[in-house]
Amino acid sequence: MARYLLNKLWQAAITLLLSALVVFVGVRLLPGDPALALAGEEADPATLAQVRTDLGLDQPVIVQFWRFLSNLAHGDLGTSIRTGTPVTDLIAATLPVTLWLALYATVLAVVIGVAGGALAAVYRGRWPEWVANGFSLAGLSVPHFWLGLLAILYLSVSLGLFPASGYVPVTENPLRALYYLTLPAVILGTALAAVVMRQTRSSMLETLSTDYVRTARAKGLPRARVLRDYALRNSLIVVVTIIGLQLGGLISGAVVTERIFGLPGFGKLTLDSVFTRDYPVIQAVVIIVTAAYIVINLAVDVLYSVINPRIRVGGEA
Amino acid sequence: MAIQVVPAEALGASSTPGEGAGGGDDLGSGRGRALRSLLRNPLGLVGAGLLLVVVLVALLAPLIAPYPPTQVHFDTPFQRLGTKGFWLGTDDLGRDLMSRVFYGTRASLEVGVLSVALAVVVGVPLGLVSGWWRLLDTFVSRLTDLLLAFPFLILAVGLAAVRGPSLTNAALALGIAQVPTMIRVVRAETLRWRGADFVTSARAMDAGSGWILGRHILPNAASAVIVQATVIMPVAIIGEATLSFLGLGIRPPAPSLGIMLSDAQQYIFRAPAAAVIPGVTIAVICLGFNFFGDALRDALDPTTSSR
Repeated sequence: MARYLLNKLWQAAITLLLSALVVFVGVRLLPGDPALALAGEEADPATLAQVRTDLGLDQPVIVQFWRFLSNLAHGDLGTSIRTGTPVTDLIAATLPVTLWLALYATVLAVVIGVAGGALAAVYRGRWPEWVANGFSLAGLSVPHFWLGLLAILYLSVSLGLFPASGYVPVTENPLRALYYLTLPAVILGTALAAVVMRQTRSSMLETLSTDYVRTARAKGLPRARVLRDYALRNSLIVVVTIIGLQLGGLISGAVVTERIFGLPGFGKLTLDSVFTRDYPVIQAVVIIVTAAYIVINLAVDVLYSVINPRIRVGGEA
Repeated sequence: MAIQVVPAEALGASSTPGEGAGGGDDLGSGRGRALRSLLRNPLGLVGAGLLLVVVLVALLAPLIAPYPPTQVHFDTPFQRLGTKGFWLGTDDLGRDLMSRVFYGTRASLEVGVLSVALAVVVGVPLGLVSGWWRLLDTFVSRLTDLLLAFPFLILAVGLAAVRGPSLTNAALALGIAQVPTMIRVVRAETLRWRGADFVTSARAMDAGSGWILGRHILPNAASAVIVQATVIMPVAIIGEATLSFLGLGIRPPAPSLGIMLSDAQQYIFRAPAAAVIPGVTIAVICLGFNFFGDALRDALDPTTSSR
């Protein structure tokens, strides 16, 4: 297990280094002079030269890359052009919003998806299966930002059930935060729930038709216990896999959801930085998302081997 | 948001050689059976019907649209559904929504086709190569793992930042995002067929790797590629709408279903229809692809048709 983990950590480190290289090169591919872009079009030559020295643009590329890495390692992500504040402050302010939103959406999606998928498999050929299939197909065919617009129109404005926009930090008032985040989380979670439901259903159907399930039933194990211990446990692996694979979709989805519901999150920061060409922020956003993505995938890998020891590929199993 | 449908291979499900459509080299009768199975599937037929309408609308948009998509009628903004001359109503600038939906459908399909083409052109050769040569497999598979769940929106953000937002850049980002799944599907097919008898006999007759991959493996992998393409299309179409909605895709005033939704958001209470119609259009296009794709998968692969 330890060797397996070390191996995974090593791979994650390599991936992180590679992505830092991609970002480093990417920023240098941006059209025009990065110093000009950073200092702004109206900057005078002295400022420009200062920015150039600050950025180390007068140094050889290798030295520049080293400086870039060492700044990263020190948690120095630069300063935003637009607001003049350190990028780390901006991220510290916006990231929690997105993390809570994503967490809430994932929990909703897993609960709804696993329950729906399990019901569909157990009541095969009857109405629960039709409802679950309809839901998962619709969830894959409808742009969820559009669902968000409709939800604001009908659930918030017409019926007044949920607020159309706004945000309360979870640390300030957890209940109100939940209230404000519910609609965005439902919208963000829909697509994930659809995929989880679809895969849970087919994984459970597969398990239920295996010989060992038939044997377990034949030797007199109650149906409920077979479902819980055999079928559901196997579908857990599927759910963990999907969450790993859908992480990108969730991050992309959060950007759109925040935009629709006016949440002051990481997604909003991302879009704002693109539209204002705030390069240090864009750079930081890409690095942070990549790092988050690598860390979560590492967690998924570890979780895997806990749920199913057979998957411990690199291990002694 | 763009959802990647997880291929069965990614979840550890494996298919055994010889269980596939018609046993591989028996493609002729396999195709006939697949077609019959497709024609018997009601949802598949609905999907095919929807797609036919959508493709016709997209192709014939210049002929059937009542107005040019960007023509403004300042005297008739916010017309209601069913107004004479503007059957689907108009937006804030009095632009005819029906014409914009027709042209928007065209743009959606354009982006969809471009991204599928990119995924096929890059993904298929890489999938074949990594399924065939073990040495390359390690490298390609690592790359695939890396790209598989990477947020495509971040990619699109990067592209938009470097090259500016446009239809081509949206298609590029969406296509790149779909390359890894295509690689996985083709790689799995290659692994599945590389041990088949007809490959062994081709090898025995001294056929080169390129020949075997092109003449024996690729034709057998074709159905999986086609099914995957029907999976990619709706993902790319929703992706385009999302990017355009955010201002990272097609630039206004060019018609795109995503831009229409983004515009409609500003006057959603005054003209709710403007926010509903483009969304319904996207849903219809994607349902068409998903229905048809599911039926096609069942028809081409009898091992999953029982589901």
